[in-house]
Amino acid sequence: MKQVLDFIIIQATRYNEMYSRLTLAPADGSKLPEIHPGQFVQVAVETPGVFLRRPISINDVDYDKNTIDLLIRKAGKGTASLISMKENDIINILLPLGNGFTTSASPSSRLMLIGGGVGVAPLLYLGRKLKETGHEVEFLLGARSGADVLELELFEKIGRVHISTEDGSMGEKGLVTCHSALNSDIDRIYCCGPAPMMKAVARIAKDRDIECEVSLENMMACGLGACLCCVENTVRGNVCVCTEGPVFNINLLNW
Amino acid sequence: MAKLSVNIGDLSLKNPVLTASGTFGYGEEFAPFIDLSRLGGYIIKGTTLEHREGNPYPRMVETPSGMLNAVGLQNKGVDYFIENIYPRIKDFDSRLIVNVSGARIEDYAETARRLAPLENVSAIEVNISCPNVKEGGMAFGTTATGAAEVTRAIRAVYPKTLIVKLSPNVTSIADIAKAVEAEGADSVSLINTLMGMSIDVERRRPHLSTVTGGLSGPAVRPVAVRMVWQVAKAVKIPVIGLGGIMNGRDAIEFMLAGATAVEIGTANFIDPAVTMKVIDFMKDYCTRHGIDDINDIIGEI
Repeated sequence: MKQVLDFIIIQATRYNEMYSRLTLAPADGSKLPEIHPGQFVQVAVETPGVFLRRPISINDVDYDKNTIDLLIRKAGKGTASLISMKENDIINILLPLGNGFTTSASPSSRLMLIGGGVGVAPLLYLGRKLKETGHEVEFLLGARSGADVLELELFEKIGRVHISTEDGSMGEKGLVTCHSALNSDIDRIYCCGPAPMMKAVARIAKDRDIECEVSLENMMACGLGACLCCVENTVRGNVCVCTEGPVFNINLLNW
Repeated sequence: MAKLSVNIGDLSLKNPVLTASGTFGYGEEFAPFIDLSRLGGYIIKGTTLEHREGNPYPRMVETPSGMLNAVGLQNKGVDYFIENIYPRIKDFDSRLIVNVSGARIEDYAETARRLAPLENVSAIEVNISCPNVKEGGMAFGTTATGAAEVTRAIRAVYPKTLIVKLSPNVTSIADIAKAVEAEGADSVSLINTLMGMSIDVERRRPHLSTVTGGLSGPAVRPVAVRMVWQVAKAVKIPVIGLGGIMNGRDAIEFMLAGATAVEIGTANFIDPAVTMKVIDFMKDYCTRHGIDDINDIIGEI
């Protein structure tokens, strides 16, 4: 059930100038709702010049500790304010929103989770869930340079990690779409990252008849399917990314 | 406890708080956060005769203390509404008001005619002020003649409460309001969004696919309060005020300026439970100010 809750920041980890990870727990101690991998939250930002909530992917969920993690990249005023938040700060969050990734798959499927930049965020929780249900997962993470590869040690605990960097400072040099890990058979791709990257991955998936889900980041106002601002043009017409997505099977998209 | 109920023509509302069309979906979207039956009424998404896909993405950009939108009346059409959506939402214990939009006068009238038999639709709000459709929409709302013509056509086929939503993108909104009143409208609501524009200077492109869009949020509130005040002085029919109401204090401001009821719009995006807080504030305000009946403060200024 969707709800609006105050969360307290249990831990604020500043990775670098651009990225922070916030670990949050409901401030009133209430139990987290059930959250599916790929769902997101809308965070209220109490900063002058910021009006709307900011949609942020859920990076990880720990039901034992009753916490969620958000990986945040500074993109504008709202996210700049969020990445500088400190432990014990309170933020108001609307969650859980959106549909999430398909997590059922036959145990022998080869699943490739491809992320670029801050788009790696939802893949961590997705990978953890898939592993819990007996799947072997592989990650293919793309970044500008080795310094921009985030949460590597967390991904490595869940599955095999392949890396592409544009400057070649870590893993293979080039874009994720050129990585050798894509050369062998893959049954399903999950992808989240910049739109050009997702479109390139979707093309490969279509050419090779690989099932593929992508997570879109269209600009949103309400996050509830009320304002119709975040629409994506699909084979079913304009649909709200916040309620019918953010995860879409590529066959539904007019890419 | 103060009396909060108000009347819009023959229509009684349990309190003055309505939701603005296009910001509240069909109400269901907000059911997890609020008790819909506590609302004075809810005005649902703009409905047109035919299905509309709306404008291409991007349709929204945040602006100082507000946002611009260019949704363009995306909806599945009045018949789909009647068959599929109305049965789901008709039994909330609150006033259901449908916002009606169109491109041609005949379309407005036909849409209104089809909605008229629906027992639980208490009223329609006619949108003659949408800045985001190429044909019709705001075109009717920017001249007194156009506004009168649409109102007359709808009045002829719609016997229940008829509210006409006015555009602020005019020289004299009071003249438009008077024209609409003369044709038998039971109420006017104002303001719709102010036409605006925003440019991404790095990409040297407009932020919206349509270049221009409708500005809403607290940025427009002083303009809206002024227009409500002017219109309330010019007409005898009740005025419904909206434009950047973020909390109960803002709602009271509109009532003091002359609004009998208010609509909460963009604020729903930031706090989906805001409408309940506005109602609670009104009760508390009346107690603090020793007001027995909220009608007593309407148009005090």
